[in-house]
Amino acid sequence: MRIVHYVNQFFGGVGGEEAAGSPLEERAGAVGPGLLFEQMMGEGAEIVTTLICGDNHAVEHQDEVVASVVDKVKKARAELFVAGPCFEAGRYGMAAGAICAAVQSELGIPVVTGMSEENPGTDLYRESLYIIDSGRQTAEMRGVMVKMADLSKKMMNNEKIGSPSEEGYLIRGLIRDEFVEQTAGRRLVDMLLAKVKGEPFESEMVSTFFEPIFMSVAVKDISNAKVMVITDGGLVPKGNPDNIEGMAATRWGTYNLEGLDDLKSEDYEISHGGYDPKFVQEDPHRLVPLDALRELEKEGAIGELHNEFISTSGLGNPLSNTRRMGKEMVEKVKEEGVDAVILTST
Amino acid sequence: MVQVTSAMPIAKMIGSTRVILGHGIVNVTGDPTLSPEEEKKLRCQLVQQALAALESEEKI
Repeated sequence: MRIVHYVNQFFGGVGGEEAAGSPLEERAGAVGPGLLFEQMMGEGAEIVTTLICGDNHAVEHQDEVVASVVDKVKKARAELFVAGPCFEAGRYGMAAGAICAAVQSELGIPVVTGMSEENPGTDLYRESLYIIDSGRQTAEMRGVMVKMADLSKKMMNNEKIGSPSEEGYLIRGLIRDEFVEQTAGRRLVDMLLAKVKGEPFESEMVSTFFEPIFMSVAVKDISNAKVMVITDGGLVPKGNPDNIEGMAATRWGTYNLEGLDDLKSEDYEISHGGYDPKFVQEDPHRLVPLDALRELEKEGAIGELHNEFISTSGLGNPLSNTRRMGKEMVEKVKEEGVDAVILTST
Repeated sequence: MVQVTSAMPIAKMIGSTRVILGHGIVNVTGDPTLSPEEEKKLRCQLVQQALAALESEEKI
C-alpha cells in the first residue's frame, strides 16, 4: 500500500516557528510521526513520500500548496493520504484540512487526519473529512496514530465506519440511517432512565453548539451614527450579478444605495430558497427598509445611511461557511466606518 | 448590531443579543395587507424600534 504523508515544518524536522515560512518540500520515505504510522499500518504499508511545508507558507499560499500537494500525491500513485496529526496547531490544521479535502475530492482516495476539537481546521473540515480527535497533547502521538491507522485500514478495506465514539473521530454533523434493535421510544426511555440514575448514556444526535455572542457596545448617539443594512433574505439586483446561491450560499454581495430613495421591484430579485419571496419581490422594502431609513435620515434620527447594503441568503448553510462570511462582512463594515448595523433575517 | 426577524426562536437559540420581532417571515419589514401609507408607517416604527435597540445597553 502506497501512502503519502503531509506534516508541517515542526514535525518534519525542518525547524520551529522560525521555519514556518519554509516552502513545500518532498522527501522520500517516512519522516518523524510517519515512521510510527507506517509501523501501525503493519506489513505491506509504505510511506513513499513525505511532504513538508511551513505553517505560514501553507496558509499564505494555500491554493498553490494545495494544488502542488494534489499533484505530488497523484504522481506518487498513493492509495492513502494522511496528514498530521495537528493537535491544536491552528495553521497546521487549516492547511491539513484544505489539503485533505482537495486530495479526497480530486483523487478519490481515502484520507485521514487528526486534530483537536478546538483546532479551527476542525470547524472548517469536520463535515467533509474523518478527523481523528487528537486532543491537545502531542505526547499522545502514539495513541492518536493507532486510531488514524485503524480508521485508514477500514477505509482501505471498504469496511463500515462506526460512530465517532467507536472510531475516535470528531463528530461530522452527518446523520446516517442504521438498523437498530430497539424502537425510538424504547431507546428514548432507556436514555431517560440512565440519565435519572446518573448512568452514562450517549445521545444519538448531538445538538449544535453555538459560541456565546458577546453584547456589542451600545451606540452612544444614533442620530450621529452611520447605519448600514445587512440582510440574509437574499435580495439581489436583477440578474443576481454575484451569483449568490439560494441555498448554502458561499458568497455575499454589496449593492449600491447611493442616490436611491426607494427600491423598485423591477430592479431586484430574491435568491433564497425556502420562503415565499412573492411579498418582497412586490416591494423590496419589506426586507431592506430603505424608504423608512431615508425618511429617518432626513428627519435627523440617524446620522447617515451607508450607501450600500450587504446581502446573502441564509438557508441550509454549514456553520463553518456562515462564520466565514460573517467575519468577512465584519471586515467590510469596519472598513466603511459603519457605527451600527440593522440585520433583517427571513 | 440589531437583528430584525420573525424567526425569534432561531435568533434566541444562537444567542443574538439585540432582537426586534419582525412583521412576518416573508415580509420582515412590511405588511402586504395594509395600504402603502400604513405599511410605510409600520416600517418606520419597526426601524425606530431597531434604532432604539442599538442605543440600549440591555439585551433586547
